Amino acid sequence: MKRFALAGNPNSGKTTLFNALTGSTAHVGNWPGVTVDKKEGTYKKGSEPVSIVDLPGIYSLSPYTDEEVISRNYILDEKPDCIINIVDATNLERNLYLTTQLMEISVPVVVALNMMDIVRHNGDTLNVKELEKELGIPVVEISALKEDNIDRLMNVAIEASNKKREAKTVIESTTLAHLVGDVTIAFKGKRVDNPLFHAIKFVELDELEVKNHPDLIEMVDEFKATFKDELFGTDFEAVIADARYKYITSHYSPCMTKHKNEVGEDVNLEKQEKIDRVMTHKIWGIPLFLLILFAIFHLTFSEDLLYIGSLVNALGGEMTPSFEGSMFEGLLWSDAGINSPGVILFNLLDCLTGTLGDLASQLMVTLNASEWATGLVVDGILGGLFAVLSFVPQILLLFLFFSILEDSGYMARVAFILDRIFRHFGLSGRSFMPMIMGFGCSVPAMVNTRTLSDDNEKLATIRVIPFFSCGAKLPILTGIAGGLGLAFNLPHVDIITYSMYVLGMVVAVVTVIIMRKTTMRGKVPPFIMELPQYRMPQFKSTMLHLWDKLKHFVHKAFTIILASTIVIWFLTNFGWNWQYIGTDMDNSILASLGQLIQPLFTPLGFGSQLSKFGWVFAVAAVTGLIAKENVIATFYTLACCIITYISKGGTDISIPPEIIEALIQAGEASEDGFNEAAAMIYATGISVPGAISFIAFNMLTIPCFAAVATAKAELTKSKFNWTLIFWLVTSYLVAMMIYVIGNWWWTLFIFLVLIALGVLGIYLFNKKNPLKGNK
Amino acid sequence: MLKKLSQFNIGETGQITNVGGEGRIRRRLFDMGITPGADVYLRKKAPLGDPIEITIRGYELTLRKEEAELVILEWKGKVSR
Repeated sequence: MKRFALAGNPNSGKTTLFNALTGSTAHVGNWPGVTVDKKEGTYKKGSEPVSIVDLPGIYSLSPYTDEEVISRNYILDEKPDCIINIVDATNLERNLYLTTQLMEISVPVVVALNMMDIVRHNGDTLNVKELEKELGIPVVEISALKEDNIDRLMNVAIEASNKKREAKTVIESTTLAHLVGDVTIAFKGKRVDNPLFHAIKFVELDELEVKNHPDLIEMVDEFKATFKDELFGTDFEAVIADARYKYITSHYSPCMTKHKNEVGEDVNLEKQEKIDRVMTHKIWGIPLFLLILFAIFHLTFSEDLLYIGSLVNALGGEMTPSFEGSMFEGLLWSDAGINSPGVILFNLLDCLTGTLGDLASQLMVTLNASEWATGLVVDGILGGLFAVLSFVPQILLLFLFFSILEDSGYMARVAFILDRIFRHFGLSGRSFMPMIMGFGCSVPAMVNTRTLSDDNEKLATIRVIPFFSCGAKLPILTGIAGGLGLAFNLPHVDIITYSMYVLGMVVAVVTVIIMRKTTMRGKVPPFIMELPQYRMPQFKSTMLHLWDKLKHFVHKAFTIILASTIVIWFLTNFGWNWQYIGTDMDNSILASLGQLIQPLFTPLGFGSQLSKFGWVFAVAAVTGLIAKENVIATFYTLACCIITYISKGGTDISIPPEIIEALIQAGEASEDGFNEAAAMIYATGISVPGAISFIAFNMLTIPCFAAVATAKAELTKSKFNWTLIFWLVTSYLVAMMIYVIGNWWWTLFIFLVLIALGVLGIYLFNKKNPLKGNK
Repeated sequence: MLKKLSQFNIGETGQITNVGGEGRIRRRLFDMGITPGADVYLRKKAPLGDPIEITIRGYELTLRKEEAELVILEWKGKVSR
C-alpha cells in the first residue's frame, strides 16, 4: 500500500483534510499546533487504498522543535511515496516557505491549495495555473472543510507518486549557491540520500547535520573566511531564510491579487481588524473575556439561570418545581430557579441512570440473587459507572463551548490578552485556557494542554489543573464546611468554601513558580504565535469533535474506571474472612487498610489522634479517587454504620439526636452532605483545622481516576509518575501546614523561616549553577 | 529613520531592514516571515501593553516586546496600507 504524508503549517487545515480523507474524527481547532504526534489512516475511495500519515504542523524543517524533528525524520527516513503539502491560500507567502524546503527532498510533492473558498469570498484572486508553473509541482485547489476536490487531489497525488521527482531549490541564484553545490557533491560522494537537502541544512550549520558529518565542517569554515553578506555577515542560516522569502515574494506572490478598496486597503484585513477592535479592546478586552467565561460556566453548571429564581424569591414569589411528583421532578426548574442547559442534561441522565439502577435491583430480586451479588451489580458496577458517566453531559457542554471559542479564533486572542500576566509565572498566555477549564472538569482541561507548544509549560499546566477545584470537588468543600457549621456553630462557613477555591489558585501559582525555578529551569518559552483569522465555527466539525470526546470518555469509563470501582467496592464490602459484610463497613478490608495508613495522616490532623472511626477520613480520600463525589457518599455509608452501632448500645460515641434523626429521615446520601459531615465530625472528634486540612488535602491530591487516566495519556511515563508524586507531596505539605498552623498559630513563624530558607536555598543553587545558554 | 519594532505605535508601518537575536528565537522569527524587505503594520497592543500584534505577509502574528526588540525597521509612520 502506498503511503502519503500530509505536511503543512499549523492551522492550515491538515487535520481537517486528514479527517476528510480517512473518515476519522481527529480533533481540529482554529488554533496553531493541535496535532502533536503523527497519526495514520487509510484513504479508501480511490483506485487503490492509500495510507495517509498526518504529520504535526510545522513552519520549517529546522531542528528546533519536536514537531519539526518528527516531520523531518519521517519524510527523510520513512520516504513516503508522496508528500501532500497543504497550503493555506489565505496566507500564501508564509505557507510556501515550507514548500520551498520540502522541494529540496527528492520525494514527489503535490500542493493542496486549501481555503480557496475563503480567498474567493474575500474577493481576492489567485492564478493557480501561474503558481503551478512557478513552483514546478502540481497544485490542486481544495476545500478540506467542504471536502471539495479531495478525490481529484488524491488522483493527482497517486499519479505523481508513480514518477520520480528531482530535488530542487530556490536558493540557486544566491551568493551561497556555490558552497551549497560543493557540499552537495561531497554528500553525493558519501552516498547520502537527498544530498541537496542535507547540503543546505549543513550550510545552515543545522545541529543535526553537523553532528552527523563533522568532517565536512572545514568546507563551510573555509567559505566563511571569504564570504561576507552585507546584512547577515556569515550567518548562513539567516542568508538562506532571507533568500527563500525573497524568491517567494518575487516569483509566487504576484500570482495573488488582493481585493482592495478605493483607498488601497485590503478589504478582508479591514474586516478582521474591526472584529479584533471589539474582542481585544484595550479596556473592554479583559472584562469581555471574563463575561464570556462566566456565561459558559453559568450555562453549564448553574441551577439558577440568569438568577431568575433568586429574583422571584426576592420579590416574594415562589416557584414550584417542574413535573412535581413525577420522576422528572425538578428537571427544568426547581424552587431555587431555572436550570441551565448543563444541569437539565445532567438531571435527564440522572433520571435515566436512577431508573436503570432501580430496574437492575428489581431484576436481582426476581433472580433471587444473593445480597452481595446485588450489591456488586447495583452499587459496585452500575453505581461506579453512573458516578463517572454523570459528568458526561456537563463535560461535553463545556467542550462544546470551548471548541466554539477555539474554532472561531477567539482562544488565540485570549492567549494574546493574558500573556503578560502569565509570563511572570514562567508560562505563556496559552496556558490560561486549560487552567480555567479545570474549574469545570480536569479531563477536558488536560486534553486542552495539547495546544501548548512548550513541553515544560504543558507539564506544569497539567500538574496544576487539579488545583482549580472542579465541579465534583464542590460537595466536599460545601459539605464539610456545612458540617463544621452544624457541629461547631460556626457562622459564615461559606467563607471556608471560597477560601479553599482561592487556596487552590494560590497553590497553583506557587508550585508553578517553584517548578520553573527548580526542576523546569529554563527561559520563559518565546511567544511568537500566529493569530488565526476569525471565522464561523462549523457545525459538522464541532459535532465530530464532541463525538470523539464522548467515545474516549465512555471507553475510559468502561475500562480503567470500571475496574477500579469494582476493586474499591470489593474492599469496602468484604472483610478479611472473604465474607460479604454489607453496611458493616467498620469490619471491611478497606477499613483495616484505612487504619493501617491512618497514622500517615496524623500530621495532617485526621490520623491517629481521632477516635474509633477516624479511619473514615483516610478511606474517604481513597474512595475519592474514583470520583470525588464518593467522599461524601463514604461519609453517609459510615454514618449508617455508626447509627447502628449507637442503637446497639455503643456509648463511646455521641451524635446529637437531631442529626441522627435527619440522616434516618433522608434514607440516602443528601445533596449538600451537611448532616453526613457533621455526623463524622462528632463521631471522630476531628478538630476544625483538621477538617479544613482534610478538605485541602482532597482538593490538591491525586484527582479522580478519569483525570489521572487523561494525564497519563498526555504525558510520558516518567513524567506521569513524577506528577503523581507531585500531587501527593503538594497536598500533604499544604494540608499539614493548615493543620499545624491552625492548631498552634506560633508555628506560622517556623514555617515562614523554613520557606525563607527554601527560597534562599533555591536562589543560591541557581546562582551557583547557571543555565548553559538556551536548550 | 530606523526604529525597533518594539518602539512602534499602533497604526504605524515599516519595512524590515534587519533581524537580530540568535539561535532558536532568530530562526523562529525568520520562519514566521520576519525577514528583511517585509512590510509590517503594528495592528494592536494587548490590553496590558504587551505582547503586540502585527500584520506581516498578509497574516496576523503576535510576539512579545522582548522579541520585537530584535526587529529593526525603516519607519514609515502612519500610512494606509
